[in-house]
Amino acid sequence: MLFFTKNLQFAYPGQAIYHFEDISLNAGDSLLVLGKSGSGKTTLLNLLSGLLTPASGEVVLDGVVVNSLKGVKADRFRGENIGIVFQKPHLLAPLTVRENLQMARHFSKKEGLDLDQLLADLNLSHKANSSVSNLSEGEAQRVSIARALVNKPRLILADEPTSSLDDENAQKVISLLQNQAAKIEAALIIVTHDQRVKDQISNFIQVQTP
Amino acid sequence: MNLLKLSWKYLTHKPLTTGLNVLLLALGLAIITVLLLVQDQFEKKMTQDAAGIDLVVGAKGSPLQLILSSVYHVDFPTGNIPMDEAMRLSRNRLVKQTIPLALGDNYQGYRIVGTNHDYLNLYDAAFSYGNAWNEPFEVVLGATVAEKSGMKLGETFSGSHGISQGSHDHDKHAFKVVGILEPKGNVLDRLVLTSIESVWYTHDEEGEEESEVSDEDHEEHFHHEVAKSGFPQTDEDREVTSLLIQYRSPMAAVQLPRMINSNTSMQAASPSFEISRLFELLGIGVKILEGLAYVLIVISGLGIFIALYNSLKERRYDLAVLRAIGASRFDLLILILLEGISLTFLGSILGILLGHGFLLVLASQNETGVGAGLEAWIFLPAELWIVIYALFIGLLASLIPAWSAYRTSIADQLTKK
Repeated sequence: MLFFTKNLQFAYPGQAIYHFEDISLNAGDSLLVLGKSGSGKTTLLNLLSGLLTPASGEVVLDGVVVNSLKGVKADRFRGENIGIVFQKPHLLAPLTVRENLQMARHFSKKEGLDLDQLLADLNLSHKANSSVSNLSEGEAQRVSIARALVNKPRLILADEPTSSLDDENAQKVISLLQNQAAKIEAALIIVTHDQRVKDQISNFIQVQTP
Repeated sequence: MNLLKLSWKYLTHKPLTTGLNVLLLALGLAIITVLLLVQDQFEKKMTQDAAGIDLVVGAKGSPLQLILSSVYHVDFPTGNIPMDEAMRLSRNRLVKQTIPLALGDNYQGYRIVGTNHDYLNLYDAAFSYGNAWNEPFEVVLGATVAEKSGMKLGETFSGSHGISQGSHDHDKHAFKVVGILEPKGNVLDRLVLTSIESVWYTHDEEGEEESEVSDEDHEEHFHHEVAKSGFPQTDEDREVTSLLIQYRSPMAAVQLPRMINSNTSMQAASPSFEISRLFELLGIGVKILEGLAYVLIVISGLGIFIALYNSLKERRYDLAVLRAIGASRFDLLILILLEGISLTFLGSILGILLGHGFLLVLASQNETGVGAGLEAWIFLPAELWIVIYALFIGLLASLIPAWSAYRTSIADQLTKK
């Protein structure tokens, strides 16, 4: 098993405790996390990426208990093994497309993907040296996907990647994420309330407000 | 990509804010640099030019003016003194050596100084070309004068009356260049040196314009040997402008000035005393400039702080993203500190260059004055402190923003919609 969680619980101060369903994924598997707004989807994503520490339970990726890592080690592990695609691209504005990817590489000591190959796969070669402010929305999102992939992570987390896209582009982005995850043998978890995505990924869990 | 490059990219991403802060800091530091350089070189030059001169004796007036006109050749002379009185003083047992000076003319703003060969020896003058004057109207040019006027050995010119440019020319008898001095970086560089007789005869002509001078008289008058040391021989009542005196014993410092000031029609002034008085007077101006410089530096420090702090607000997402792709808290701290420090490093380098550039302009605008000898491209160890000081400002200004970046919670930041 590449990635699994056990009895994951989390509580914001003074609020009810979230109980999360256990997850287990092999390399190349995809999972949808569905739920209404405010149901705790993003909290789960932050727990899975190690940005939040659970009240109890554990998150295990590639044999490492993610929630037990502290400080610089946790940051390094996240940079090397977990790729996160945010709802908005959040690219670093002063840098070019290529530099944004190089920045992600800087924090990882692991051998990553070939930048040129990755840019070509995501149909971004022609934009490699342009400033990120000159990108269309779709291109910017592909760059943010490339950034999540560049260190060859074992787990890819995507937060509402399709919420602002039309049907056609939403479908393209999901297949892109699936194909790339399969290619680097990573597990893929997509957090969304977008029902359209269910057509492409059948494996899902539902998060409910406690 | 590394953190240094990233911080540089963020700085250049906002060229106007960055530029303004760098410029403010640079201006403040430029003023400090100029003050440092001028103080250092001025004091050295002032001391060097006055070395070996214990006392200056001239006509009554401002003692500072006497020193400035007779030692540094910048101000107007206080007037002339009778030579017999001057000669009497030179025979005083407390006096080791006297060098008489006769001032009053210039060539293109460079002063023509009538004196004897002791004046050359006082400054250990050496010749690039030719040798010292032997007859009236033979002159030796200082290195700067020769360079700027382009005159060579054997060329002739006529001086103008007065010590600044623009008066009428003495065109009756031309001066002839017989020697050019090596550059020494002292006051001789910008002087035209000749015998006291030359200066006398130049002015005699003015009065005798109408009278006929026979060839014989002319021969006797203008082609005898001039005095190489001491006072020139003359039967007439002649005057000189001032005397440079060396004491025989330390006792002289106590007795001689008092004796001259109370018993003669002349006044005595000590270069070291007058110069320290001058620096005291200038000190107020220097203090004001220094104050202005520090205000500029503090404002630029605040500017850098505000710029970093504001940009931090806009960049909370960027910082969170950096954390998400593997940067540690410490990396973010370094990133912000690097921005502040590279900003001030740039400012300090620019400031030092500006300071030296300003000095270059100052020196080239003031060819005949005291500013002439200022060297723009001498670097002092103290300038290293300017850089260190600036880096410290950068560190201080970026400390709070860096700390706030260090403490940013990424989970909160990334989940804000």
